[in-house]
Amino acid sequence: MEFKEKLLASHLAFEERIDFSDPVHQIRLESLKTFEEKGFPSRRDEAWKYTSLNAMLRQNYALFPKAETTIQLKKVKKYFLFEIDTYKVVFIDGVYSPFLSDTTHDGLDVCLMSAALSKAKYRNLIDTYFNKITDKDDSLTALNTSYTQEGAYVHIPKSVVAEKPIEIIHFSTGKEKALWLQPRNLIVVDQNAQVQILERHQSLREHDVVSNSVTEIYTHQDALVDYYKIQNDLSTASLIDNTYISQDKNSNVRVHTFSLGGKLIRNNLNFYLKGQYCHSTLKGVTLLEDHQHVDHYTLVDHISSNCESHQDYKGVFSEGSKGVFNGKIHVDQSAQKTNAFQQNNNILLDDKATVNTKPQLEIFADDVKCSHGCTVGQLDEEALFYLMSRGIPKKEAKALMTYAFANNVLESVELPILKKRINKLIARKLGVNLGFDL
Amino acid sequence: MLTIENLHAKVEGKHILNGIDLDVKAGEVHAIMGPNGSGKSTLSSVIAGHQDYEISQGNMLLEGEDLSEFAPEERAHKGIFLSFQYPVEIPGVSVTNFIKAAINASRKAKGLEDMAANEMLKMIREKSSLLEIDSRFLSRSLNEGFSGGEKKRNEIFQMAMLEPKLSILDETDSGLDIDALKIVANGVNKLRSNDNAIIVITHYQRLLEYIIPDFVHVLFDGKIVKSGTKDLAVELEEKGYDWIKELA
Repeated sequence: MEFKEKLLASHLAFEERIDFSDPVHQIRLESLKTFEEKGFPSRRDEAWKYTSLNAMLRQNYALFPKAETTIQLKKVKKYFLFEIDTYKVVFIDGVYSPFLSDTTHDGLDVCLMSAALSKAKYRNLIDTYFNKITDKDDSLTALNTSYTQEGAYVHIPKSVVAEKPIEIIHFSTGKEKALWLQPRNLIVVDQNAQVQILERHQSLREHDVVSNSVTEIYTHQDALVDYYKIQNDLSTASLIDNTYISQDKNSNVRVHTFSLGGKLIRNNLNFYLKGQYCHSTLKGVTLLEDHQHVDHYTLVDHISSNCESHQDYKGVFSEGSKGVFNGKIHVDQSAQKTNAFQQNNNILLDDKATVNTKPQLEIFADDVKCSHGCTVGQLDEEALFYLMSRGIPKKEAKALMTYAFANNVLESVELPILKKRINKLIARKLGVNLGFDL
Repeated sequence: MLTIENLHAKVEGKHILNGIDLDVKAGEVHAIMGPNGSGKSTLSSVIAGHQDYEISQGNMLLEGEDLSEFAPEERAHKGIFLSFQYPVEIPGVSVTNFIKAAINASRKAKGLEDMAANEMLKMIREKSSLLEIDSRFLSRSLNEGFSGGEKKRNEIFQMAMLEPKLSILDETDSGLDIDALKIVANGVNKLRSNDNAIIVITHYQRLLEYIIPDFVHVLFDGKIVKSGTKDLAVELEEKGYDWIKELA
C-alpha cells in the first residue's frame, strides 16, 4: 500500500484514539479531504522543484507509537539548553513526557495541545486561532491538521514577559524502525507580551523518522517573539517544518533556523504582516555535508504598510550535500513604505555540493524599498593565504572563514548560552579548535 | 638567517624572478627597492609560500633549511612573517580572535598548550600600546573598514605578537600619511633585535628615513642589479630608477 493510502486508511484508527467531540474535529476531516485530493507534493510542483520526497515516501512508517517510552534525564540532558531555567514541553515518539517536561499555568500557559483541545476553558482560543493562518491548499499542512492531536500550546497573556525561554523538544527513540510524527503547535502572544522559544527534533538512535510539523504563531500588537529552530538531527532523520506567523501592529518576530544535520529538511516559513510597523527577521545558518539536503522556502507577505522585513540565510555545503533557498516576498498594493530585504549567500567547499537559490519578488505597491541578493562561491584564496601566512593551517583557516561567514547570523541571537552552543556545534562540525572561545 | 641563491620564480607561466641572490643575517635590516613590476612583491610572496608562484630554479634557505618544502603556515611557524601590501578583510573575525588563533596555531605546531588567557591579554595590551592601537579597535572585524593606516598598524601589531625571526614588510608605507608612517616605523624599530631580521620592500625612500636599513638592494626585471648602503636609497630618490634600468 502506498504511504498516502495508509495515511487515509489509518485515520479511522486515529479517531479511535482521540476524543472526536473536540472543537477541531471537523477541521481534521476537511483537511484529510484536502490531503486526499492533493496528495504529497512532487517535483512537478514549482515549490518542490529541487526537493523530492519520493525516497522518503517509500518507507512504511508507523503512525502511532506502540508504547509509551521513558528516557532517563541524564541521557538527553545535553539536548536541553538549560536544566532548570526553561519551561519544557517534551515529547517522546510523539507522546508527551511529563517526567522530562516543565510546564506552567502560572501567569502564562505552557502546556499541551491535547489539553488545549480537550478543556473547555481553552475553547475560545482554539476557536479563534486553530488553523486560521495556515495555507489551506498546502497538502502537508493539511495532512498534519487531519492528524492533529499533540504538540505544544503556548499562550502569553497581555503584557506578560515570559521570564524563562520555552523549549519544545521532540525525541524519537528508534523503537519503531520507521516513524512518522505530526506535532502541532499553537503559540499565541498577546498584546505587548514577550517570549523566547526553542524548537528541536532529535532522534536518539539512527532510524527513519519523519516529522511533519505545523506551528502557528499569533503575535499581537507590540508583542515580541524570538524563535530558534535547532536542526541538528542524526543523518537518518527528516523534518518538514511548516511554520505560519501572523503579526499585528508594531510586533516584532525573529526566527533563526540552524540547519546543521539531518537527512532531508524542508522549512516552509511563512510570515503574514497584517498590522503596520511590524518587524520581521528570518535568519538561517545551514552547514551541510555528506548527502544532507536542506530546503528553505520562505514567504514574507507584506499586507500592511510601513513594515520592515529582513532575511539573511547563509549556507555552507560540502560532499554532495544540497541546499535550496526559495525566498518569496509579496508586497500588497496597500503595503506602501515597505522595506523588505533578502540575502542568501552560499559557499561550496567542494565541487560535489550543489545549491539552488531563487529570490521571488512580487511587488504591487509603488513606494517601497526591496532588495535581494544571492551569491554562490568558494572561500577566497587570498584570504586563506593571509590566514595561513599567520601560521593558521589550511583546515583551520577554512573553518575560521566559514565561521566568519556564518557569524553575522549569530550576532542577533539573544540567548548567550544558545549562541555559545551553536558556535561550538559549528566548530565541532568543522572539526577544528580555533584557538579561542567562540 | 635567510639565504637566497639564484632564485627563479614564475606565475601562470610568466617568469618574474630571474636569479635573485640575497643573504640576510640576524640583526640586519635590508631594503629592497625598485620600480613597479620589478618583482618586489613576487619575492615576498615566494618567501611566504603563496601557492600561485612556482620556483623554477634556485634555493631559499631559512637557517639552512630549504623553505620551498613547507606550506605557508609551516613557514610562519618557523618564524617568517609577511606584512601584506593589501591586508585582506575578514568580516566576522575580530582582530583579537584572529591573533589568538594565529598564536595558538603556532604554539600547537611546536607542541605547546594554548596561551593562557591572561597572558594573551597582557601581551595584546603591551603590543597594541606599542603601535598606539585603541582597545576598541581590537574587537573590530579584521581589517574590515579599516583605513590604510589602521590596516598597516594592524599588520605590525601582528608582527609584534607573533615575534618572527624574519619579517618582510611589503610596501608598508603605501597609503600612510606621515603621522601613521612614524607610528608604524617606530613600532618596527622597537621590534628590531640582534636575533631577528627585517626585509623592507618599498618603492620610495621615505620609509627608510625612519627604518634605517643596513643594506639597500635595487631590484629590476627580477634581478638585484645593485646593492649598497642607505646612501643608495637617497641616490635613487634623487635620480629616479631610469639609470638603474641601464645597469640591467
